[in-house]
Amino acid sequence: MTVNLPYLVLIPALPLAGVLVSLLLGDRLGKRGTAFVGCGVVLAAFALALRAVVHLAGMPEGARAIQEVAWRWMQVGDFTIDVGFLLDPLSAVMVLVVTGVGFLIHVYSVGYMAHDRSFRRFFLYLNLFMFSMLTLVLAENFVVMFVGWEGVGLCSYLLIGFWYERPSAAQAGMKAFIVNRIGDFGFLLGMFTLFVGAKTLQYTTLFGAAPHVFAIGSTAIVAATLLLFLGATGKSAQIPLYTWLPDAMEGPTPVSALIHAATMVTAGVYMVARCHVLFELAPVSMEVVAVIGALTALFAATIGLAQNDIKRVLAYSTVSQLGYMFMACGVGAFSAGIFHLMTHAFFKALLFLGAGSVIHALSDEQDLRRMGGLANRLPWTHRTMLVGTIAIAGIPPLAGFFSKDEILHGAFASGHYGIWLAGLVGAVLTAFYMFRLYILAFRGKSRLTHEAEHHLHESPPTMIVPLVVLAILSIVGGWVGPPLVANNPFHHWLAPVFESGAHAASAGAGAGAAAHEVGGTTEILLILASVAGALLGIFFAFRAYLQQPQLATRLQQRFAGPYRAFLNKYWVDELYDSTVVRPVRRLSEALWRFWDEKVVDGIVNGVGYTLEGVSAVLRLFQTGFVGTYALFFTVGVLALFLYFVRHVR
Amino acid sequence: MIPVGWSLALSAALFTIGVVGVLVRRNAIVIFMSVELMLNAGNLAFVAFARSMGSIDGQVFVFFVMTVAAAEVAIGLALIVNLFRLRESVFVDEINLLKG
Repeated sequence: MTVNLPYLVLIPALPLAGVLVSLLLGDRLGKRGTAFVGCGVVLAAFALALRAVVHLAGMPEGARAIQEVAWRWMQVGDFTIDVGFLLDPLSAVMVLVVTGVGFLIHVYSVGYMAHDRSFRRFFLYLNLFMFSMLTLVLAENFVVMFVGWEGVGLCSYLLIGFWYERPSAAQAGMKAFIVNRIGDFGFLLGMFTLFVGAKTLQYTTLFGAAPHVFAIGSTAIVAATLLLFLGATGKSAQIPLYTWLPDAMEGPTPVSALIHAATMVTAGVYMVARCHVLFELAPVSMEVVAVIGALTALFAATIGLAQNDIKRVLAYSTVSQLGYMFMACGVGAFSAGIFHLMTHAFFKALLFLGAGSVIHALSDEQDLRRMGGLANRLPWTHRTMLVGTIAIAGIPPLAGFFSKDEILHGAFASGHYGIWLAGLVGAVLTAFYMFRLYILAFRGKSRLTHEAEHHLHESPPTMIVPLVVLAILSIVGGWVGPPLVANNPFHHWLAPVFESGAHAASAGAGAGAAAHEVGGTTEILLILASVAGALLGIFFAFRAYLQQPQLATRLQQRFAGPYRAFLNKYWVDELYDSTVVRPVRRLSEALWRFWDEKVVDGIVNGVGYTLEGVSAVLRLFQTGFVGTYALFFTVGVLALFLYFVRHVR
Repeated sequence: MIPVGWSLALSAALFTIGVVGVLVRRNAIVIFMSVELMLNAGNLAFVAFARSMGSIDGQVFVFFVMTVAAAEVAIGLALIVNLFRLRESVFVDEINLLKG
């Protein structure tokens, strides 16, 4: 049933209104006004989203979808694109996470950015980002989604390079933008492939028609899904396009929390989940998604082991956790992936904001080696960070445990034992590097510089309150999807979205993605394994960094080779630099020197020189003497006269 | 009656004198007078044709030409007076400000 709700379009429109107000009124708003408008529009969007989701929940289960067409965007022949919005259980989860976590981060930013002279610009970009992100998740066709997709990319660029006076920040912004463009190129090609096959880009029509149009495993659908996935690897920082995310930490910390942890980077996961019908038609692509996800999860986790910058540890952790989400999608456990997306948004936003609070307190110190012993000095930051750390490590009953366990369970149940093992090892590493971060920052002896020690202070309430709220969410956020329950509430909520596809696929395939059923005992064993893994990681972290600090150094010396590889991020940046960046640069330079300077400039300058030469001759006739002109005039008239007399009758 | 050819010959002679005057003289006022001479050569041709063809049209044209010539003289003399005030000279070969 499609109900025409006029307010769905308002959800993305509200942050846009915030942008316009900020642009039109400018600095007349003042700091308080800017903060009020910036946070207010997001809160209003959250309230509206909540209202819409409540409405959605009140609808009969099988028909939970609100579709709304704001206006017709373009029409070419029988191809039309509407600016339309779709609220179904999947986009409902996304829109609540985006507006909810987004609002908390906006509030936090009021405190964090209080002393920045570009306060207004910051909130303007944040609101613009919210607009784009909400467009992305609420779109009802690929084209509108692409508008949001590009919008968030732009805002990401603007916000990473927010402190553009710093060359490294400007560089990081450009890197993020260019790497994302590579992914976007894949996304566009994927869209075109789908359109060629199905003649529509509207979700409901396309997904309904897909099983009939595309044969299972046909080249077209495999190509389309792999291209879409390329887009996802760009946006969601997966191998091979993940390198921009760690550099993106140059941006202000609330940006890292909002864009590079909770919302934008999950867009790829959302897109894959949204297109699950298509991916289920292409088993090869599913395998690719799962393997890339698992590889990224492990790969990024190992890099995270050796980083010393507090934000970079979290960045690699984000890459790794996004790998988990793709892993889940790849093995067909889409709702587990979305579940992890949600819990991750809570605890990773919390961790980033906590890290921001630490950085703020230490006068912009980000190096873990110059922290330590902050537990008593920053009590609230410490408590909330501890909650976040436990949550991401996967200790019950905190949020991370439930979602990660569900992913591992999904991998195991679908028979992907290798991927399950990779996920388990990744979980141990996650627990280890997160507790390493926690211990280095908050426990042990203080290694603060004198300067930082002097200015040390707990953050203001505008920063602490969002931390506390997020900490509570990180604790209870997982309870909506308990394990061992056959059809837990979260699954049940998403079931209409994900099961329709499974049906369609199995109807087309005959076999489909029928998962092996795993007995209750096995599930309990799996849970025990993952909890044991997490505890193992935590134990080692305490051992190596708190009880026997020399152990960490010894291990570093013992495994010098791997350690150097982790510390230098496997030299992937250097590899890309020498294989892609520098050749492209050289090519561009050659083109610039030859094509631009010689050919293009040559043509333009040639026209100029020619005119100059011709006029140098012509100006000789322009003597300025009336007599000369009269003479020419007379000669001309005589010539005409003679001509007419001779030739014209 | 004087044949029309004679009148036209006189007109052509006057016109040529006017042209040569414009081309060879330096004094702006003399150039002006030469221009007047050319105009009146034209008038003479008009009148001669009007008479030989028995039509009044040519004579009417002459009135127009005289009006235009009067206006032209008024503007032209004003220009020359101003020119003299500025440059203390009415010789056109000393004035070439618009040289390219």
